[in-house]
Amino acid sequence: MRIDLNGIATEVSAANLADALADLGYRGALATALNGSFVPAAARTCTPLHDGDRVEVLAPMQGG
Amino acid sequence: MRLYDVDVLSRLMLGTAQYPSPLVLTDAIAASGCGVITVSLRRETANGGSTNGFWPLLQATGARILPNTAGCHSAREAITTAQMAREVFGTNWIKLEVIGNADTLQPDPFALIEAAQVLCADGFAVFPYTTEDLIVAERLLDAGCRVLMPWGAPIGSGRGLRHVDALTAMRGHFPGVPLIIDAGIGAPSQAAQAMEMGFDAVLLNTAVARAGDPVAMARAFGQAVAAGRTAFKAGLMPPRDMAVPSTPVLGMADLGLGGLA
Repeated sequence: MRIDLNGIATEVSAANLADALADLGYRGALATALNGSFVPAAARTCTPLHDGDRVEVLAPMQGG
Repeated sequence: MRLYDVDVLSRLMLGTAQYPSPLVLTDAIAASGCGVITVSLRRETANGGSTNGFWPLLQATGARILPNTAGCHSAREAITTAQMAREVFGTNWIKLEVIGNADTLQPDPFALIEAAQVLCADGFAVFPYTTEDLIVAERLLDAGCRVLMPWGAPIGSGRGLRHVDALTAMRGHFPGVPLIIDAGIGAPSQAAQAMEMGFDAVLLNTAVARAGDPVAMARAFGQAVAAGRTAFKAGLMPPRDMAVPSTPVLGMADLGLGGLA
């Protein structure tokens, strides 16, 4: 299926958010949102992905 | 200084963006003596490419982390970002920014209050980036905020305190609320001015990060904030319209021409 990952169209085969992140090579301190709503780390495994979903994966960054 | 039941020793808070290198950033934090640093969340590429060890470096400074919602233009964006930040950074502190205009980067007070209501009810310790408007401030306190962060000048402008009268009124109107000047501070003298006016702390970033020598400038800001606070507690003299001699006039010698008549 095709999802919007951080603004980029991305093909994923995993059925849930946790597996998709693992397949894509994500690791470390991350926070996720699906279609504009926060998805806690513990809920990623039970968060199914669908074609056209908007997924945001954020990490710590410098800020003012 | 007590912020949300946490004792914070330093009254200087530093942003962590725009430094020439990670080493200069951590040296500047140490030189400033600041106890709170702000951080953000941004899109991460797969394989951890963009964070580059930045987060462990900041954790090692020992400073308390204040994540922000910089760049959010709606309450919904800011709320989701705050929730994500709470998980990643492991703190319920959030510097709540909801920007109303891309050019001025001024807060959107309506969306700010809406987001503050939701986040305070959800257990966040909200530090709202706001204007000096007293009614907005009251609404933020009503929402559950226990700290307010009025702007000095637009973010990154380095113009100092643009509305001194309004900020003075705000300080006087909320004597028991920690008020932190956030944004627009460009020079240590401006930070000292804010502290002399009785503000509880200042938060700045660009003035240190973009200085010729950020570490030395961080030290200068630390000194200015401490000096301004000491001066406020000492009690500044009231200004006068006319000159008043400081050296006693009584007992002056008569050294003019003339003599006994």
